[in-house]
Amino acid sequence: MEGTILKTENLKVSFGNTLVLKGINMEIPEKQVTAFMGPSGCGKTTFLRAINRMHDLTPEAKVEGIIKLHEDDVYKMDAMTLRRRVGMVFQRPNPFPTMSIQENVLAGFTLNGIKLKAQEKKEVVEDALKKVALWEEVKDKLTARSTSLSGGQQQRLCLARTVAMKPEIILLDEPTSALDPLSTSKIEDLLYELKGNYTLVIVTHNMQQAARISDVTSFFYLGELLEFDDTKKVFTNPKSEKTQNYITGRFG
Amino acid sequence: MEAISDRGIKRRKFKDKLFRYLVSGLTYCCLAIVFVILFYIFKKGIGSLNWAIFSQLPKPVGETGGGVVNAIVGTLMLVSVASIIAIPFGVSVGIYLADNRGRKMAGRVSLAVDMLQGVPSIVLGIIIYLWVVKPMGGFSALSGSIVLSIMMLPPVIKNTEETLVLIPNTIKEASLALGASYFRTTMKILLPTGIGGIFGGCILGIARVAGEAAPLLFTAFGNPYMNYNILKPVNSLPLVLFNYASSPYDDWHKIAWGATFILVSMVLILNIIVKYFENRWKVQF
Repeated sequence: MEGTILKTENLKVSFGNTLVLKGINMEIPEKQVTAFMGPSGCGKTTFLRAINRMHDLTPEAKVEGIIKLHEDDVYKMDAMTLRRRVGMVFQRPNPFPTMSIQENVLAGFTLNGIKLKAQEKKEVVEDALKKVALWEEVKDKLTARSTSLSGGQQQRLCLARTVAMKPEIILLDEPTSALDPLSTSKIEDLLYELKGNYTLVIVTHNMQQAARISDVTSFFYLGELLEFDDTKKVFTNPKSEKTQNYITGRFG
Repeated sequence: MEAISDRGIKRRKFKDKLFRYLVSGLTYCCLAIVFVILFYIFKKGIGSLNWAIFSQLPKPVGETGGGVVNAIVGTLMLVSVASIIAIPFGVSVGIYLADNRGRKMAGRVSLAVDMLQGVPSIVLGIIIYLWVVKPMGGFSALSGSIVLSIMMLPPVIKNTEETLVLIPNTIKEASLALGASYFRTTMKILLPTGIGGIFGGCILGIARVAGEAAPLLFTAFGNPYMNYNILKPVNSLPLVLFNYASSPYDDWHKIAWGATFILVSMVLILNIIVKYFENRWKVQF
């Protein structure tokens, strides 16, 4: 594997008295796509949200262990700085409803109080929308409400909003589960193209999706990491019998 | 078997119908009462409307004519100052409650707001008389505004909270995930998204206090002259209504009806404004 961008050591997350993640050690490779698979409730989303400290918002959540982004301890960093370095795309498209398409792309800047000149704004918007293949569809209506777009377009807009901030890692929490097959395949193509410049970490329910787009796949089961290896290897020759059963559709 | 169930169905259908008529009948009844009241006020009030009522000061007993311009100015002043005090507090508490749902402290705050809602306005008037009027050495518009601002809090708080709670959590998370602070997330994402409901709450609060007379008896007191000084007593429409309607003079009764008309129209217009902007600023998720 190439350089490691993110490393966790004995990461445990609990909600109240329930231990959801039972000590995960993982090294996420830089500029590759890492997929998290596993049945519902296995802790894959919990793990993802620990990376950018979304659990800070949940009072009963408790995170133990270490997450390191390069050499920096994520939980000793300022949460706002961390989240600028680690972007996130959510399960359901969530563009800011009061903002236009253009304002949504620039939201990361406005929300962080970064002032851009008119020309810079134009460039950022065009660049980000082109990266998510939305530019052609919306270039004539950049000031239209973001909610006027279709679900798939909205999700690409959310991706553009994240990409515009040039984060080191983009976390994707089942980004296609609310979309139709056509929009899904568009997003998958995009992720494939983005991986040259970004490190992508994607949670997915869909094994084919993991197989199609990821370089590295991990398999979570009941809060433990059972498998973590090259995607090809995981799908052809998994270490654990549970993974084998999941992949072959015997449970899930 | 068939006969029994058939009868049963007929009975149930009949009951169903009866209940439907009852519900709509009582609704129309209420509506009719409201309309009769409004109609009566408009009928009585419109006769006493003239330019003088909007432009002249009250005349002393014995002279006919005169107006309530000082009361109109006073009401606007009391309500504006009350809004300036109440809205920042109310919206803040609303944000707090929406953010901390389910926590102990939020539960207590919520209970306190409900209690405040139930405190009779005259009691608040007496309290502000003791705490503000007496130490300041006299009745004033400011003390009146303070009472009204306290009365405005519950509707502003409740509306803000309910509006913000309805905003999907994912919108908030999206903002925080971009590295935005809590402050910017609230100011740039949550408040603009909920502006329709929050604005509605503020206007409803204003409409609620604009017609209050009781707490003003001990605070703003009333004033037969024009006053723009916030530290002096000031007149208001509900006070005019109270004083003039309980007087023995026909001419004053007429003016009281005029004041009522103006007051009711103000509240009506505010309600229409709320409906308009709530629809206009409605956000689709």
